[in-house]
Amino acid sequence: MIRVALPAHLRILAGAGGEVQLDVAGEITQRTVLDALEARYPALRGTIRDQVTKQRRPFVRFFACEQDLSHELLDAPLPAAVASGAEPFLIIGAIAGGCRLRYTVQPGNSMSATGA
Amino acid sequence: MNTVRVLVGTRKGAFVLTSDGKRERWDINGPHFGGWEIYHVKGSPADPDRLYCSQSSGWAGQVIQRSNDGGKTWAPVGNQFAYDGVTGTHQWYDGTPHPWEFKRVWHLEPSLTDPDTVYAGVEDAALFRSTDGGQNWQELPGLRDHGSGPHWQPGAGGMCLHTIILDPDNPQRIYIAISAAGAFRTDDAGQTWQPINHGLYSKYIPNPTAEVGHCVHHVAMHPSRPGVLFMQKHWDVMRSGDAGESWQKISGNLPVDFGFPIDIHAHEPDTIYVVPIKSDAEHYPPEGKLRVYRSRTGGNEWEPLTQGLPQSDCYVNVLRDAMSVDSLDACGVYFGTTGGQVYCSADAGDHWDPIVRDLPAVLSVEVQTLP
Repeated sequence: MIRVALPAHLRILAGAGGEVQLDVAGEITQRTVLDALEARYPALRGTIRDQVTKQRRPFVRFFACEQDLSHELLDAPLPAAVASGAEPFLIIGAIAGGCRLRYTVQPGNSMSATGA
Repeated sequence: MNTVRVLVGTRKGAFVLTSDGKRERWDINGPHFGGWEIYHVKGSPADPDRLYCSQSSGWAGQVIQRSNDGGKTWAPVGNQFAYDGVTGTHQWYDGTPHPWEFKRVWHLEPSLTDPDTVYAGVEDAALFRSTDGGQNWQELPGLRDHGSGPHWQPGAGGMCLHTIILDPDNPQRIYIAISAAGAFRTDDAGQTWQPINHGLYSKYIPNPTAEVGHCVHHVAMHPSRPGVLFMQKHWDVMRSGDAGESWQKISGNLPVDFGFPIDIHAHEPDTIYVVPIKSDAEHYPPEGKLRVYRSRTGGNEWEPLTQGLPQSDCYVNVLRDAMSVDSLDACGVYFGTTGGQVYCSADAGDHWDPIVRDLPAVLSVEVQTLP
């Protein structure tokens, strides 16, 4: 059984009470875990990764076993402790995420950018 | 007695405000989708209990929610907005080419006749349609393929398609507006489009009278007179009497003609409302006085409406989709502010009362008048 922890917004969207437990067939990778997660909670499609390219959304991070796995290959095996269910696969909203750059054109056409 | 239902989108959730036709006592229901940005919520004219909601966040992207019971319960529907074909580039803020990237849905416009058909205006600018209640979305690529796309550029809020107007007399005709490209019209249900920006003058683009590039903030049409359009542009309030073929400035005696929303009285097609703000750099009311301006003459002659609105130290803004009207005999006018107030006037703007004062920043306000 694979354990997945979702950020609060996605837990509410999915209607999942707390940590999610998933049966995942075959090798345990980001791809197979996310495939199983989206199959069980279709509302999450597109919120963690692009529906077509499967690329992780920029402000979403993947952690497990005190490691940042965000930049690992989709088909790379996840740590054995995740595969065994000893440790959860953590889906995290980046702490600076959700920030939009806002550009303001100044008189004279110079431009400034601020977070909002 | 009629019921009025006000659908409010905010930076941190959606709220549904309901009252009877007196519009004095209100029930506040929400937040729905707490913590998410709700750019727009709108009901189907064909089935008022069918609501569509654009829910998004910088972390988790776009979700579309649908309600079949007037907002009591919601369920997510389809959220895949894939541009049709090769997208090409538009202009970035500095004029360099920038690839089209889907960011969010700004505006949802349900069909006038079919509850399952709904249009979505998105950033980066494109028009999508669903004919199955929001489960699947297809782009109407004729707009983006019009040919001028490489010259479109984002306004400060992004390159958004924020206005969709369906002509009640001609199902083939749709108007849309994009910041900052301008207004466009199709007369063949979205297959082909033409820019309708003749008469607009924008000093912030290299050619102030260019065919595209204008930062149109909002456009309004009265259903009894679909060939007449009113526009709040980045600067200037404009009117077209010929379905957008030409525009004339109607700013008249407004203290300033920069603003975002514009709307029309439900029963008087020449009575229009705007909320001027100080300038493009200072998005708050002049002199700290929140004033709605009303023209009963289709523009040029404007009167400030102040009764019940703060007349000192007020520095909120009213965003482009945050004003709406009901269709009761005494037309109600509503708007929401970036300070979280939603105001109602039950007498066409003469007097205002806050329905609620402390919501998150209001992004959109839509009103349904129910039997």
